[in-house]
Amino acid sequence: MMIARRIRFTVSQRLLHWLMAACLLAMLFIGVGMVSTVRPTYLTLVSIHRPLGIAILLLALIRLVLRLRYGAPALPADLPRPMKLAAWGSHYALYALMIAMPLIGWAMLSTAAYPIVLFGGWQLPAILPQSDGLHTLLWDAHFYLAFAFFALILLHVAAALFHALVRRDGVFESMASVLGSE
Amino acid sequence: MSAPRGVAMLGSLALIAVVIGAAAAAFAYTAGWLSPRRLTPDKFVAAFAPPTGPSLGHRRNHAKGICFTGVFEANGAGAELSRAQVFARGQYPVLGRFNLGTPDANAADATVRVRGLGISIATPDGQDWRSAMINPPFFPVATPQAFYALLRASGSRDPNAMPAFAAAHPEFAKFGEWAKNAPWTGSYAEERFNGINSFVFIDASGVERVVRWSLMPAAQPVPVAPDELANRGPDFLEQEIAQRVADAPQRWTMAVIVANAGDRTADPSKPWPADRRTIEVGTLIAQHVQAERDGPCRDINFDPTVLPSGMRTSDDPFPAARSAAYAKSYDLRTAEAKDYSRSATEVKP
Repeated sequence: MMIARRIRFTVSQRLLHWLMAACLLAMLFIGVGMVSTVRPTYLTLVSIHRPLGIAILLLALIRLVLRLRYGAPALPADLPRPMKLAAWGSHYALYALMIAMPLIGWAMLSTAAYPIVLFGGWQLPAILPQSDGLHTLLWDAHFYLAFAFFALILLHVAAALFHALVRRDGVFESMASVLGSE
Repeated sequence: MSAPRGVAMLGSLALIAVVIGAAAAAFAYTAGWLSPRRLTPDKFVAAFAPPTGPSLGHRRNHAKGICFTGVFEANGAGAELSRAQVFARGQYPVLGRFNLGTPDANAADATVRVRGLGISIATPDGQDWRSAMINPPFFPVATPQAFYALLRASGSRDPNAMPAFAAAHPEFAKFGEWAKNAPWTGSYAEERFNGINSFVFIDASGVERVVRWSLMPAAQPVPVAPDELANRGPDFLEQEIAQRVADAPQRWTMAVIVANAGDRTADPSKPWPADRRTIEVGTLIAQHVQAERDGPCRDINFDPTVLPSGMRTSDDPFPAARSAAYAKSYDLRTAEAKDYSRSATEVKP
């Protein structure tokens, strides 16, 4: 998977990374915001949360394909092993969450027999039968994983800045410039 | 490491800490953790609970109810107001629930003033219209915040809480008059159920009109004194409607009331004048009644913001607040299913 000579992610990977960064942060803030209000913004936020989640699912699947196709620049050889392990582990977790969270949300609405409205009359089919037990399981997963997701993103940002400001080892630059050469 | 490099590194680490801290603080603010006064769905739902606690496994309000299934027979007249398929002439399946406006799932039927009806009408285009109506003709208060204040005041041990609330919310007196003077009936089938909140209907050419709706009973309401109802047993409404529907389907005419320009559409405590244009759009027919414990309405959230295209919410703030609170109630009660077991799961091996 690693292509040693490439020092940056491909342009398509960088574009998707930054587009999804904006989507994911918006999604997480909308999520915690909507469940904490009864004002009319609740409906607005929910109506964004659903289609944005499905958009993230599609983007994440495209991103996974690109990652499998193009791989990632190798981490610096002198990066301590625990940091390498943390980098690999957190990226597996980020990919898993990007794909799992929308599916869990979709399944959760399915088990509650809610219509899964995207825009106007556009709806998605249910992917699970109605079930109070499954709904509870999925609701808990969606709720707690959202906080784990945000914590992981904070860790990811902290690590990126650590590479950029403290180690200055090129890892940050491998993703930072959206349109720079590969 | 030289001293200047050490200082630069500390500066970098501090910058990272500030960035992460600011992001975490923004998240906490958005989640309401820094705003203890924010009216959250959790607080709203908790305010319904009686001193003895909520009825676990049940809806947090309108907790006592019984399911029914039937059809909505659209006469086609509603199509001029909304392009939703539910108004095209035809028959559409309905899942519904007769209920009582109480957080106590075991309340005696004669003790509850407000009666309700929830429906979900499915159309072949895959869309769903859900509505939860009540028998008073208007809501006790003008805003969700005032309703929360009413719940807090009525649950307060302070003897001055309710008088203070009533003084601050003059619209509440009208509801008191209704509760005192409106006749009681002995049957869900004799009640008029009112949508109370306003919504926007969008017609085929995109014209929008603000509307409310009501279900008017085909059965003649027979007033019964509350004392007499109290003698009929704790579940007389459920027994009566089960028997009545078994004998013959029960009907309500759905009337859509269109606001005039300038009518107050955001305040459900203010009914519109009686001369507003009213269009009868069809008939709700209850054909079968099922106990809630194993019934099809049990795990349905009659969220009033589940609307087909051709309808949307208006400037009335209640449907959003109801949607948020109903969802919370749903999440709580479905997680408490063991406290309200289905009879099939009670069978001992």
